[in-house]
Amino acid sequence: MRVPLSWLREYVDLPAGETGRDVAARLVRAGLEVETVEQLGGDLKGPLVVGEVLSIEELSGFKKPIRHCFVNVGDANGTGEPQEIVCGATNFQVGDKVVVVLPGAVLPGPFPIAARQTYGHTSAGMICSARELGMGDDHNGILVLESHLEPGTDAIELLQLVDEVLDIAVTPDRGYCLSMRGVAREAAAAYGLPLADPALLDVPPANAFGYPVKVADPAGCDRFVARTVTGVDPAAKSPIWLQRRLQKSGIRPVSLTVDITNYVMLEVGQPLHAYDRGRVQGTILVRRAEEGETLTTLDGIKRKLSAEDLLICDDSGPIGLAGVMGGATTEIIDPVLDPETGEVTGSTEVVIEAAHFDPISVARTAKRHKLPSEASKRFERGVDPEAARAAAQRAVDLLVLIAAGTAEAGVTDIAAPRPMRTIAIGADLPDRVAGTEYGRETVTRRLQEIGCSVVGADVLEVTPPSWRPDLTDPYDLAEEVIRLEGYDNVPARMPNVPPGRGLTEAQRFHRRVGIALAGAGYVEINAYPFIGEAAFDGLGLEKDDERRRTVKLVNPLNDEEPALRTTLLPGLLGALRRNVGRGNTDLALFETGTVFLPKAELTVAPRLSVERRPTEQELAELNAALPDQPRRVAVALAGERQPSGWWGKGVPSGWADAVEAARTVARAANLELTVRQAQRAPWHPGRCAELLVDGRVVGHAGELHPRVVKALHLPERTSAMEIDLDLLLADGVRKVSGPAVSAYPVATQDVALIVGSEVPAAEVEAALREGAGALLESIRLFDVFTGEQAGEGKKSLAYSLRFRAADRTLTADEASAARESAVAAAAERTGAVLRGA
Amino acid sequence: MSAPNKSYDPVEVEALKPEVVEQARDEAFAAFAAAADLDALKQAKVAHTGDRSPLALANREIGALPPHAKAAAGKLIGQARGAVNQALARRQTELEAERDARVLVEEAVDVTLPYDRAPRGARHPLTTMAERIEDTFVAMGYEVASGPEVEAEWLNFDALNLHPDHPARSMQDTFFVQAPDGSADSGVVLRTQTSPVQIRTMLDRQPPLYAVSPGRVYRTDELDATHTPVFRQVEGLAVDEGITFADLKGTIEVLVEKLIGGHLELRWRPSYFPFTEPSAEVDLQCFVCRGESVGNPDRPCRTCSSEGWIELGGCGVVNPRVLVAAGVDPNRYSGFAFGLGLERILMNRHNVADMRDMVEGDVRFTLPFGMEI
Ligand SMILES: [Zn+2]
Repeated sequence: MRVPLSWLREYVDLPAGETGRDVAARLVRAGLEVETVEQLGGDLKGPLVVGEVLSIEELSGFKKPIRHCFVNVGDANGTGEPQEIVCGATNFQVGDKVVVVLPGAVLPGPFPIAARQTYGHTSAGMICSARELGMGDDHNGILVLESHLEPGTDAIELLQLVDEVLDIAVTPDRGYCLSMRGVAREAAAAYGLPLADPALLDVPPANAFGYPVKVADPAGCDRFVARTVTGVDPAAKSPIWLQRRLQKSGIRPVSLTVDITNYVMLEVGQPLHAYDRGRVQGTILVRRAEEGETLTTLDGIKRKLSAEDLLICDDSGPIGLAGVMGGATTEIIDPVLDPETGEVTGSTEVVIEAAHFDPISVARTAKRHKLPSEASKRFERGVDPEAARAAAQRAVDLLVLIAAGTAEAGVTDIAAPRPMRTIAIGADLPDRVAGTEYGRETVTRRLQEIGCSVVGADVLEVTPPSWRPDLTDPYDLAEEVIRLEGYDNVPARMPNVPPGRGLTEAQRFHRRVGIALAGAGYVEINAYPFIGEAAFDGLGLEKDDERRRTVKLVNPLNDEEPALRTTLLPGLLGALRRNVGRGNTDLALFETGTVFLPKAELTVAPRLSVERRPTEQELAELNAALPDQPRRVAVALAGERQPSGWWGKGVPSGWADAVEAARTVARAANLELTVRQAQRAPWHPGRCAELLVDGRVVGHAGELHPRVVKALHLPERTSAMEIDLDLLLADGVRKVSGPAVSAYPVATQDVALIVGSEVPAAEVEAALREGAGALLESIRLFDVFTGEQAGEGKKSLAYSLRFRAADRTLTADEASAARESAVAAAAERTGAVLRGA
Repeated sequence: MSAPNKSYDPVEVEALKPEVVEQARDEAFAAFAAAADLDALKQAKVAHTGDRSPLALANREIGALPPHAKAAAGKLIGQARGAVNQALARRQTELEAERDARVLVEEAVDVTLPYDRAPRGARHPLTTMAERIEDTFVAMGYEVASGPEVEAEWLNFDALNLHPDHPARSMQDTFFVQAPDGSADSGVVLRTQTSPVQIRTMLDRQPPLYAVSPGRVYRTDELDATHTPVFRQVEGLAVDEGITFADLKGTIEVLVEKLIGGHLELRWRPSYFPFTEPSAEVDLQCFVCRGESVGNPDRPCRTCSSEGWIELGGCGVVNPRVLVAAGVDPNRYSGFAFGLGLERILMNRHNVADMRDMVEGDVRFTLPFGMEI
């Protein structure tokens, strides 16, 4: 809602020096969101006056038409002589009243004006267009004024070029502030000044000879006022003041009748519709549409109607979407000038509709037909049903005043009975909500200020005003009191919070995962979870891969990515590629986040009551309709893990780093990760590890498949890991029992074993560990090699075994026996043979 | 070596004559002093303290002396050998010190050499910012709660007093999840706010409840310098007996003081959210211009668009209708709730100019933030 300050002052006698910013600050503290305060004509400086065109000489020989004019500007130029002006526009004639800017003036821009030589003549000033005056962008030609104006009149004042406009974003609960009347009411309350209510008009009572109207759906339309004006002069134009107010409010002037309906809507908040009476056939009927009916709206679009749409009809059928947009067949005809006769034709008899429609019905119709209009915006948020008669009267008055029309005596006013809304509120409720003491007198006064009638003592019986449909319960009223008293005046206090449990084990674990990975050199990213088939194709997933089963969006931002991720890898690899593209080549990235896995059985979430807590059964149904959303962590690496430098050669990142990242994550929960050779897209079939905890597969890691690397334009040998944190932590963080540390000497024994090259090192180590028994303190693989020395199809694994007893120094024999037992177990389980044996 | 001889006169044994012993001792001193390095000293050591050295040989003669002469001879030789050993040790120490000084100088390195061998990592500042806010509230006794990002419409809207035709529901540009039949009637959306976690928290158990909940939320905005379709909020909820608007004000003030410092003013503006009543927007005084850019075209401020204030977030007293839907008795309990935009806090607290930097995952943006914020 755009509110010109000059207009606002008509209803509230604001202090003279008060600027737009001052008023905005007061309104903001009362809860109106003033987004901007626009300064109109801020850098404008006169003289800017009304001029009368005395003569026009068309100059030829130039690329465009140029006019050499003399203009009477009265005494404004100090001499009273006609002003010589060269002008490039042609939409004016001798005798027209125009706006002339004289040398020394400054137009908005700023654009200083001086006399100059041009096209062989002196041009001492300019004849102005609306755009040059900052009156709106849509008028390129010269602004031609009403003919009765006196030359020399100050045009800045006349055209109200200097003003301030408050742009207010009105929240849905304050529909009444979509009008000058409503904003003025708030301003009056904020300044403690009286309000001159523009809806307080003398209105003749309803009678039987108004335009015939029938309301078949009183629930959808509980008020319908119709007034008729005849003898409207189609040549009558909107006066400057009216046009200017509309322009400043952001509405383009069109024609007098339409301008008046818009003006009254801005003034009192009641959307009006004007019909050409000659085009309406018979009784106006308000009813619901029949399925399949159509209506061509004012914008020329033929719309298929739904049975829920509320319609305005006449004998011919639908003529308007109630509260949303009128139809083309009965609209006011734009005045047309016949150039031969000079006569203007157009609508001369006008029926004004001022009705009140059900907000939900209007909202649904506007949404269904994608037709948000100034009218529907107001009806949705609640229009004052009691303002309908005054609004219609105001429009009639303006048509009579400006267009020389005659108001017909007939007044149609159909009103469904409206129940009185009375709310009982404890006089201390505002105190209890705010945590301060206002007292009953303040509460009563504030409620009266916003238009409520209030009776009672400890319990107040409050009847809200007709323009506040949002006030429905005691808390709504408490809010009004607290708001008007000012949030700044509410004290600040701390609640008495009982001791908390701190972070949960899972929350602490999630933090440790991030800290551990960042500590290991990984940089965290947050990718969008939107994904498409192309990402799965890039990963080389089979057609029936379960990861292709996704949660899909109805309205994705991008049609190529209509689903939610089932793996973190596409987003992570995308970030990797973006970094590489920007010249960051050695990369280790990680992301933690949820993936979205559709349930096996898809259901719809029920819409539950809000009048009570849902039952456990209902909640279970609600949750059953949601996908599983486990938390995952993933890493991606490319380039060098350790750079080369003066210390020596660097180390390229690879599959082992990806697997180690998984171990890092598992260690954050004190869990031991086991690793198994596996094959799974998008990983390299020979370089993919399945990651397990307690026998559960929790994720995969390794080098990416070369085809994936190529398809996704990734650096060669890009590696990745993805692990499910919820699965990993299914049994919680492992509780460590403190190891007994022996102070006896260690006995170290090395063994080199030859095994088949297909035997996993992890199995050999497990066998050694088991065979070595309780004396084994630790085991470490320190060398792996294949080749001639190991033998065809074999590999050599060299382990260092450390033995130690808790209670004595081990003898060489004991250590050797343990080592032999370890080797025997490895031989038995993996076919390992001692090297050199 | 001579054989024991009872009538043997020690004076007659050449090697045990005092002047001979003294000479051997002095020769040893001279040899040590002349040793230029540790190797030379080692040779001198063998020559003058070894088994074949004059003093060692003299010592052996003592055994052959008659008992009455042994003591004097032993004393003579012992003193000489002691002096020699002392001189050796002294010289050894001197030479070692010399060597150490020389070698350590040779081993000197350039300690200004760069060493970026271990890769550097970092956590995303939005993550650490969320944790910082969590910690502030956990210290007050709050718990950290969470809820799903794909959420039931009932929890995201209806239970929060946003019925299907509520105008505020169309204000939020919602991503709808496809129903099994492909339609939009799944009753499931990408949550547009973290507020459904309020409802889940209340459904979970009875008050007193004090919880904060950071998380990702979704709106159908295109990514630009100031908008992103996926962003983060921190929701806070307190439900207890006697909770008031004053408690909300106090809590937000403490949060701002911990997060940004207590030197900036807050502005409380009445606003509208269906799930709170009264509702407020909280603005923080612009930390760059402190409001001095307002109405001052010569000093425009990019941070606050010369408005003097920066929006922190929305809050209010929980609407009793919300309590009812979540199974909390509104006659006994009341509550407050707030929601803050994490991106905006990060942008303001750390001068991040472009929203896209927080989204694209460029390591050059994230690395400087390190592990904590
Ligand atoms: Zn600023």
